[in-house]
Amino acid sequence: MRKRQAKRPGIFQQIGQSVGNNVIVRSIFRTGGLPVNWDRRQRMMGVLNNVFLHLHPVRLPKHAVKVKYTWCMGGLSFFTFLVLTITGILLMFYYRPTAEHAYMDMVDIGEQVPLGIMREIHRWGAHLMVLSVWLHMFRVFMTGSYKPPREFNWVVGVILLTLTLLLSFTGYLLPWDQLAIWAITVGTNMGRASPFLGYEGPGATLMQIGDVKLVHPAADAAFVLKAGRFVGEATLLRFYVLHCIGLPFIIMIFMAVHFWRVRKDGGISGPT
Amino acid sequence: MDFIKDVINRVTDPTISFTFLLAVFFVIFPPNNLLLRLNRKLGLDKLWTDAGAIIFFGLLTIFMIFGVTSDETFRTVITKPDNVPIVLLLYIVPFLLWVCMKQGLANDARTLNNEKPEEYSDPDDLDSQILVWPDLIYVELIALVLCSVVLIVWGVLLKAPLEEPANIADSPNPSKAPWYFLGLQEMLVYFDPWLAGVVFPTLIIVGLMAIPYIDLNKKGNGYYSFAERKAEISIFLFGWLGLWVYMVILGTFLRGPNWNFFGPFEKWDVHKVLVLNNINLSELFWVKIGNQALPQNILLRELPGFVVVGAYLLIMPALLAKTVLKSYVDKLGLVRYSVFVILLLSMAALPIKMYLRWTLNLKYLIAIPEYFLNV
Repeated sequence: MRKRQAKRPGIFQQIGQSVGNNVIVRSIFRTGGLPVNWDRRQRMMGVLNNVFLHLHPVRLPKHAVKVKYTWCMGGLSFFTFLVLTITGILLMFYYRPTAEHAYMDMVDIGEQVPLGIMREIHRWGAHLMVLSVWLHMFRVFMTGSYKPPREFNWVVGVILLTLTLLLSFTGYLLPWDQLAIWAITVGTNMGRASPFLGYEGPGATLMQIGDVKLVHPAADAAFVLKAGRFVGEATLLRFYVLHCIGLPFIIMIFMAVHFWRVRKDGGISGPT
Repeated sequence: MDFIKDVINRVTDPTISFTFLLAVFFVIFPPNNLLLRLNRKLGLDKLWTDAGAIIFFGLLTIFMIFGVTSDETFRTVITKPDNVPIVLLLYIVPFLLWVCMKQGLANDARTLNNEKPEEYSDPDDLDSQILVWPDLIYVELIALVLCSVVLIVWGVLLKAPLEEPANIADSPNPSKAPWYFLGLQEMLVYFDPWLAGVVFPTLIIVGLMAIPYIDLNKKGNGYYSFAERKAEISIFLFGWLGLWVYMVILGTFLRGPNWNFFGPFEKWDVHKVLVLNNINLSELFWVKIGNQALPQNILLRELPGFVVVGAYLLIMPALLAKTVLKSYVDKLGLVRYSVFVILLLSMAALPIKMYLRWTLNLKYLIAIPEYFLNV
């Protein structure tokens, strides 16, 4: 530290320093100065004064930044979520969730739209997010980080895992190709067998009042999922709304709880 | 060459590969001291050394290169763009497992010497702590840039697949669920949809959520370890590796038309015929053993099934409580123990049903198609 101060600051450092202390910049980033020249107090203030950085504490135990401990998987899950949100918004400009347009819009996104790898990044990013969420859970288990006081945050994590899979599943239908429609058919057909709530499920025959059947092919769990007896246009719209609005809304609420609880439960896990 | 391929085709069949997995799993990840001693006697802890990793990944890579260069079917399945994450799984899961176990065993040795785990740093010593800016931000930035580069390169190299337009009248064979649900689709071979598609997924989610409330072991919180939490790790890894990752890999690479099994070097033949002569427990009991017609009364007909399933879910927990899991009842108390044992038995139900199918051709223990109640 002392050595660096003794050296005369270079031209870029001087410019950086004065930019950092400019009235307007200072009104946005209150810490001031050039981040590389920050002293210990300024480094702490830099984190505290920034709404995004203050998700983090200002100080951490050493093991917390080691990749061999954290694998970065939680952070990567969040990062892939952001990538998917951004590419997803871009894709929504070009995609119409109707049986008439959906498939051709997909073709056009690949062939006509400039920078046409948004769909690729969205699809591979989704695979990556499922993987990183699984691996995050794997790491958290193997370090015993679900143990008190973090029990409830593990539960929130399991909910996030489920929501991630549902997000991926609802997105699977949108290309409206053979792969999409049949994967969703295989998946949603499970709903028919829900106990009591599916028309082919155990106990469904009990769900009737007098002669009126409450659960039948046009009113059961699978019908609710598909908005029809088969995967069709109504299913496409339903999955589209869930994929773009409904599930992201819910997952963001749980993510907020998850991150907040990481801090409130004592920050990153570690031996005591 | 063909001989090697033939052998691999045979041993990857779940009847053999899953049996092998079952046989070695609890020696590699011993849940109790007896198996831990066996593990050490066989020197299986050497798996988690650097040499162990190099040999394992060397062999895996040689196998992959051999397969891709020498076999059409293998190449098609492995290089399918949507199968990339499963190929990634093949490498990254064993690697991270190795990372866990290597650090876990090192910490076990430290604990034995009354030392703190490697991750430990004195919370009162503020100088030993690091600042988030810049040390954590750097790591995050690098991870973020790397991840972006990987995604962009992946996106440029592999086009997102788009098949023929959706057509509800023309079902492809096989129709596969998304890759991360293939474990559930694999269960459909052995269980009806109401169990494989509804009850078991629910139990998986609930079971995962229940872990911190069932596991009362205070040790091993916040650092890698193995010896201090053998049983927990063993059970969790069996579910995660043996029943989830294994099934996903099996479902992706080795299940072809009609959901038949195809070895990695076996051509996916739509006309592969498998003799299906599965029978229900009621038929086995009344017709084959009892030499008489099935009773008309449904309850009487399915009595053997009710007895077996009832015994499994009601008598088995009590039996286990008196014998193998005796210490757990004392540790957990009755309520926790009941939840734990029911979850454990549900997990074990899959392998049990698999073996009943393979050995007795058993279709259902309880078969009441009249009420869609097949177990």
